[in-house]
Amino acid sequence: MATTERKPILLDFEKPLAELEARISQIRELAEVNSVDVSDQIHQLESRAQQLRQEIFTSLSPAQRIQVARHPRRPSTLDYIQAISEEWIELHGDRRSGKDDPAMVGGIARFEGRPVVMLGHQKGRDTKDNVTRNFGMAAPGGYRKAMRLMEHADRFGMPIFTFIDTPGAWPGMEAEQMGQGEAIAYNLREMFRLEVPILCTVIGEGGSGGALGVGVGDHLMMFEHSVYYVASPEACAAILWKDAARANQAAEALKITAWDLKQVGILDQLLPEPIGGAHADPLMAAETLQQALSQNLARLLQMSGDQRRDRRYEKFRQIGEFTEQTEAHI
Amino acid sequence: MSLFDWFANRRKASPISQERQERDIADGLWTKCEQCGVLAYTRDLRANQQVCPECGHHHRIFSEERIYQLIDADSWQPLDRQIMPQDPLRFRDRKTYHDRLRDTQTKTHLSDAVQTGLGQLSGEPVALGVMDFRFMGGSMGSVVGEKLTRLIERGTADRLPVVIVCASGGARMQEGMLSLMQMAKISAALERHRAARLLYVPVLSHPTTGGVTASFAMLGDIILAEPSATIGFAGRRVVEQTLREKLPEDFQTAEFLLHHGFVDQIVPRTQLKSILAQLIRLHRPVTSLKPVQSAADDAVEPLRARQALRPSLFVPQDSSSA
Repeated sequence: MATTERKPILLDFEKPLAELEARISQIRELAEVNSVDVSDQIHQLESRAQQLRQEIFTSLSPAQRIQVARHPRRPSTLDYIQAISEEWIELHGDRRSGKDDPAMVGGIARFEGRPVVMLGHQKGRDTKDNVTRNFGMAAPGGYRKAMRLMEHADRFGMPIFTFIDTPGAWPGMEAEQMGQGEAIAYNLREMFRLEVPILCTVIGEGGSGGALGVGVGDHLMMFEHSVYYVASPEACAAILWKDAARANQAAEALKITAWDLKQVGILDQLLPEPIGGAHADPLMAAETLQQALSQNLARLLQMSGDQRRDRRYEKFRQIGEFTEQTEAHI
Repeated sequence: MSLFDWFANRRKASPISQERQERDIADGLWTKCEQCGVLAYTRDLRANQQVCPECGHHHRIFSEERIYQLIDADSWQPLDRQIMPQDPLRFRDRKTYHDRLRDTQTKTHLSDAVQTGLGQLSGEPVALGVMDFRFMGGSMGSVVGEKLTRLIERGTADRLPVVIVCASGGARMQEGMLSLMQMAKISAALERHRAARLLYVPVLSHPTTGGVTASFAMLGDIILAEPSATIGFAGRRVVEQTLREKLPEDFQTAEFLLHHGFVDQIVPRTQLKSILAQLIRLHRPVTSLKPVQSAADDAVEPLRARQALRPSLFVPQDSSSA
């Protein structure tokens, strides 16, 4: 987890809050120097700050939510895995491409006494790490590594937890040569074949096909300030509005929040975050995640492998909105 | 001025022929090849399946012409024409999605970006889906997802091979995440079709990109592509921006994918129907252990006779005679 002593990174909409907090500490210092009792006033100001924080975070616009979802201190896949598992052993490589993809991590963990395969996109914790991790943009080898681990899970009867946090699949020359499209497509199809329970959680950014490549499961959860989109608002604005500066407008139009996705039947469960976002209290976020995984896993384990597969098929089968008119109208 | 320039200028400055050319093109009598500039009779071009007889350039064709080219006369039985798109997000960019749909439907006489149906391909029953680039760039929204899923499910139920001709820029942004999820939905149907040991062949035409590439386009048992078709996951411009360098000319072409092992064959359009028929026949279940009489001419004749038909068999290639 991110250490609390580090200087907080402020998002622009948090500025009024930061100003208020600065004033509180200013008053506190002054009172100390002049030995005046201002505890009442401070208490008042602090509750106002708390209220303000709550107001800000309950009324975030989609564009602001993206900022929280991409927050550099937001807990990452490895943070959550380490927080929720009793044991963890990371495994590497897809056995094909000749290199390991650090943007996709995975391995075997013990979760509430049970061996589970956990995997997901891994963003860096700082700039240097981010360069190594390619900002969580997996290459074909990453998707193939994920598939190899999921096959492993299926063979040994281990449930699968996937964590989604990527701006998208890596759009590079080499990625195209290695078959980025094929790697994702293969996962989409094969994840419907696996018999073990698959639980998917969007912990930050769900970037398009790159997210879906490890996102086919029995149960989809999203943290409250996470986003999941068909195309990044920046790309969408550039294509549809021919103006990348319209990203905020695109973020609004694309319906990318957990609430939006619940409404169209894509999302199964929304996970509440601590006020101020998961990075404000990572342990609390991890606890929420652990409880949700635990409950849903127990439920899914009561079904047979075939039942889970059939349910998974039906779950995706019904997604889509269209009308059926009678032939005469055409 | 060199002699060459003189010729070049002369050609440019010949007003009569140019005017006449333009008039004939406008009349639709002639079609100018966008690749080599040679004029061909529109009727001849159509007879040649819109492939330039001069340079082999494949002009873009749309769903009804593709169906006409692939399916035996009078055997096409369309499916699910009644499925129409909606505007679930009330999406609006520079134009509302609602208006965009209505205008495109009026212009193209299509309900959405794919036509599906059953038919005979050289006598072989097949479930065929054909995407149409005219309809919002062939983009995949709920209707494309639903129609293709139903087609594949029908293929599984009736034990039919499935062929999908792809032509798409990817997922349709105007339907947001519903579009992305169609990738999973179609892949799920393909998983069942595959588990039933049935043949699926996508044909990648120009262009096949984005979410279509990252789902059903790449899930074929055998994958065919049209010459020079653009095929890729990320858009070329996006890749160029991330790398900040110019990409090679053949990047993300059918030939590039063949070279890297992601398509089985590049098939000129004029041969597509016969190659598909051949593949379907090769995958027909063999019920008897005795040699079967195949529709292909040379399937069971004795080796000697086969050598007579194919003189090159077992003969070392002589490069000088080429």
